[in-house]
Amino acid sequence: MADRPRLAPGVRLHHDQVRGAWVLLSPERIIETEGPAHDILSRCDGSRTMDQIVDELAEQYAAPRAEIATDVEALLTELAAKRMVVR
Amino acid sequence: MTDAAPNGLPAPLGILAELTHRCPLACPYCSNPLELEGRQAELDAVTWARVFREAAALGVLQAHLSGGEPASRRDIVEITAAARGAGLYTNLITSGVGVPGALLQRLRDAGLDHVQVSIQDVEPESADRIAGYRGAFARKQELARQVVALGMPLTVNVVVHRANIARIREMVESAIALGAGRVEIAHVQYYGWALRNRAALMPTREQVRTAMAALDEVRAAHEGRITIDAVVPDYYARRPKPCMGGWGMRSLNVTPSGKVLPCHAAETIPGLEFWRVTDHALADIWRSSPAFQAFRGEAWMPEPCRSCERRAIDFGGCRCQALAIAGDAAATDPACELSPFHARMRALAEEDAVAEDVPYAYRGREAVRFEAEAPIPIPVP
Repeated sequence: MADRPRLAPGVRLHHDQVRGAWVLLSPERIIETEGPAHDILSRCDGSRTMDQIVDELAEQYAAPRAEIATDVEALLTELAAKRMVVR
Repeated sequence: MTDAAPNGLPAPLGILAELTHRCPLACPYCSNPLELEGRQAELDAVTWARVFREAAALGVLQAHLSGGEPASRRDIVEITAAARGAGLYTNLITSGVGVPGALLQRLRDAGLDHVQVSIQDVEPESADRIAGYRGAFARKQELARQVVALGMPLTVNVVVHRANIARIREMVESAIALGAGRVEIAHVQYYGWALRNRAALMPTREQVRTAMAALDEVRAAHEGRITIDAVVPDYYARRPKPCMGGWGMRSLNVTPSGKVLPCHAAETIPGLEFWRVTDHALADIWRSSPAFQAFRGEAWMPEPCRSCERRAIDFGGCRCQALAIAGDAAATDPACELSPFHARMRALAEEDAVAEDVPYAYRGREAVRFEAEAPIPIPVP
């Protein structure tokens, strides 16, 4: 089964207008998601595979695919451990 | 995340909306004040909607819809929709009693993000006795099942004390079996009703030690599959908790009648002046109300806090606890071993933990006798 990451139930990406930042909201945690993190998480909608997410970001950032893949993997592993992302 | 506003004061992150003090349960550790506010005094839904909009504009991200039992309000769906409509993450903190499945579905459709339900024990009879309500156990189990069936995220909150501490592992396992994504273990904190019931609730140090070890095991067994957050019991701690993330720094608590408090127990501190949402804008209350300014920052701190390297970590601990044990809300939290009252606090716990046959003073089920609130004897340090 292809890995199609999505935000865990009860987790929402929200634009905080007061602080001018994107945040990931859950019942007890608030995590600020800066530029690249937000670009990754906004694509975790359960429809895209990991490969598709990496492809899109490699194009957007005009960066080596392997480098992007490492960053995406690191962020999603960290957030999956916090149960904020489901893979 | 504590981004400073231009004036240096951080924007609050959360609002605890005590929509009502009415509740079918009567838990002896209830966080509501001894003097409960009546139905007549409750803010209407229109006012709550304004409060949520003001909160969001101030920087609040999460609304905890609490009580009493928030579903005791007939307009709970309207209130929930208003909080969500203001852009807030909405969390319903419910007893699970008086929340039929159809209501839950309407709340979900109104945008409710998350449900938190408390369980009292895994043994139905004990659970009902603690809640002071026959059948509470079964109803809570049913509510939890419905939350999960509706595809909503569930946190199960377990309040730990002498009557259930031996079953901490079973309570966590039960919460996981119910489908909770998160379990919150909260040792009773002794303010208000819980302080009054301390001799009936306090576990022994040995019981706490055993429970913490059991919790470590169950946490390891479910690593990565469930979040288990635990609050350490103050009376057996060596350092105080960073209460509220600092007084007036992270959150607001609004009572059913609209008084705005820095924490739910703040009314136990005499002399504080609380402002109301019906008299002032929330932003003004946050910035300027005397109660929020009273213990904000470090200027109020006595020694040993004032020069302590941990003052920016624990903020001197809890003001309400300092009042309850040291008799002075501006003292170092006696949970800290540097407090001259630390030994006294430990002794109180050990004494209460072996008290026998102490009946519960159930929340709201007896006339509040203020003369019975005997001040705790203050030893000369």
